[in-house]
Amino acid sequence: MNSLDKGRAEEGRPETIKAIPVRHPGRWAGAVVIALLAAMLLSALFTNPAFKWDIVGQYLFHDSIVHGMVVTLELTVLAMLMGVVGGIALAVMRLSPNPLLSGTAWLYIWIFRGTPVLVQLVFWNFLGLIWAKLSIGVPWGPEFWSESTNVLIPTFVAALLGLGLNEAAYMAEIVRGGIQSVDEGQTEAAHALGMSRFQTMRRIVLPQAMRVIIPPTGNETISMLKTTSLVSVISLEEIFRAGQVIYSRNYQNIPLLIVVSLWYLFFTSVLTIGQYYIERYYARGSNRTLPPTPLQRLRGLFAGRPTPKTGADVVPGLEGGGHV
Amino acid sequence: MTDLSKTPADATATGHPMVRAENVHKSYGAVHVLKGIDLEVRQGEVFCLIGPSGSGKSTFLRCINHLEKVNAGRLWVDGELVGYQQKGDKLHELKDREVAVKRRDIGMVFQRFNLFPHMTAVENVMEAPVQVKGESKAVARERAMSLLERVGLADKARNYPSQLSGGQQQRVAIARALAMKPKLMLFDEPTSALDPELVGDVLDVMRGLAEEGMTMVVVTHEMGFAREVGDALVFMDGGVVVESGNPREVLTDPQHERTRAFLSKVL
Repeated sequence: MNSLDKGRAEEGRPETIKAIPVRHPGRWAGAVVIALLAAMLLSALFTNPAFKWDIVGQYLFHDSIVHGMVVTLELTVLAMLMGVVGGIALAVMRLSPNPLLSGTAWLYIWIFRGTPVLVQLVFWNFLGLIWAKLSIGVPWGPEFWSESTNVLIPTFVAALLGLGLNEAAYMAEIVRGGIQSVDEGQTEAAHALGMSRFQTMRRIVLPQAMRVIIPPTGNETISMLKTTSLVSVISLEEIFRAGQVIYSRNYQNIPLLIVVSLWYLFFTSVLTIGQYYIERYYARGSNRTLPPTPLQRLRGLFAGRPTPKTGADVVPGLEGGGHV
Repeated sequence: MTDLSKTPADATATGHPMVRAENVHKSYGAVHVLKGIDLEVRQGEVFCLIGPSGSGKSTFLRCINHLEKVNAGRLWVDGELVGYQQKGDKLHELKDREVAVKRRDIGMVFQRFNLFPHMTAVENVMEAPVQVKGESKAVARERAMSLLERVGLADKARNYPSQLSGGQQQRVAIARALAMKPKLMLFDEPTSALDPELVGDVLDVMRGLAEEGMTMVVVTHEMGFAREVGDALVFMDGGVVVESGNPREVLTDPQHERTRAFLSKVL
């Protein structure tokens, strides 16, 4: 048999160890308990009439729900954009040797991280109570242009300012951590080549900081998607508010909350997948070879071969067939 | 200001001083690292700095391209003050931008390579010519490829640093420094982080550079290299120059007790 051939080819190599694996009775007991609980939950979900799954289905693609989801997504994307751009600017300012810049950044972060985002949202909404109109002109002098605050900052803009400016403060700390994680030798090497502080930051430090910045930014984005539900308090009709409006009319509270939750769940799942690929992209150069994506793994599975992990290593399972 | 040709190819062993230090002091807070360094590196010379760790040799090297600020004394590179400008009897600090311009002409190779890990070998070499000098990518790539060929790594151009051995990374780092066509090269213990069997390749590249007349200041523990390739050698200890002279003479017949003690341990 081929095991004999093998033995001759690899002379002196002792038989591969085939030991009896450690048993885990605790795992099995735990699995049984969890399976039981899951079955109870599932049966409750489908037998309790309060869930009203037919109404869930009816409203899942309701016009105002879909419209609300679009508003939620717009808010998420724009607020995160503000957060990331503002966060990078604040982080670079915070690390600047200029005390005025770093002091300003510190003050901003102190205020926007130190007050609840809900309060900030309401503040932006009521800005007109503080300044009835906003104008451009010489300080304490003549005005060239002015406009009513309520016209200039409609609800959507107030919501965006509230979420985006708050997010910038959090992102600033994330970006700062990322920048500081990059080896100092990188900055030195870039400076020694004659690169300016700005070039070094943009070409050398930030791309490497990304690997540290991306995972928490993904979390922030997912968190932002859900935080947008807070803007319902200033009557902006995003998806949660859209659901509330509907159930205040037809009293189907639970089914509509389920509809809203399903949409949130769907988009957080999409974001999680996106984050995986972005992280993979920024890992280039730090891992010798990139791990296969789940899709590649699936394709490998269907092609009938397990994806090779360490190359030419033996596959003990295949030899085990002739044993005992 | 001197108006001598700045291309390394024109260099001669008896050239004008490329680096001149006069009573250079450097301290970090209360720690006095350099206590008055005087030395002169001539154009085209291979100048070796040796000494125990903590003797200040790396610090001095880093002062030459202003990675460290000199606290007292004067340091000139190619006839110009490093990091400062003399106007009348006052010294003015140079702006970051002006410092950056001067660094373009000074290549530096680090002990821990410091290649940019998110760029391939050829991208590492192209980076400064494209970003700093504004060369077109095509031109920079072609030069980068020929430099990689020169250090024997043309076939590794598309590899990331993490896919290269230490010796290969250090040779890419040398190519990266050469891409800016420097008139002076600084080497900060370039082989100290390498496996012994990889040291030779890096030293070969450095030897080739020396033969082409590149001015080099080398902080090293490779006494064989210093003896064979070096034109001048300085032994530093405790922040001062203890002994200097021709490497062959200093290494075989040291005059000072401390030099003798150090050499007996490393040779």
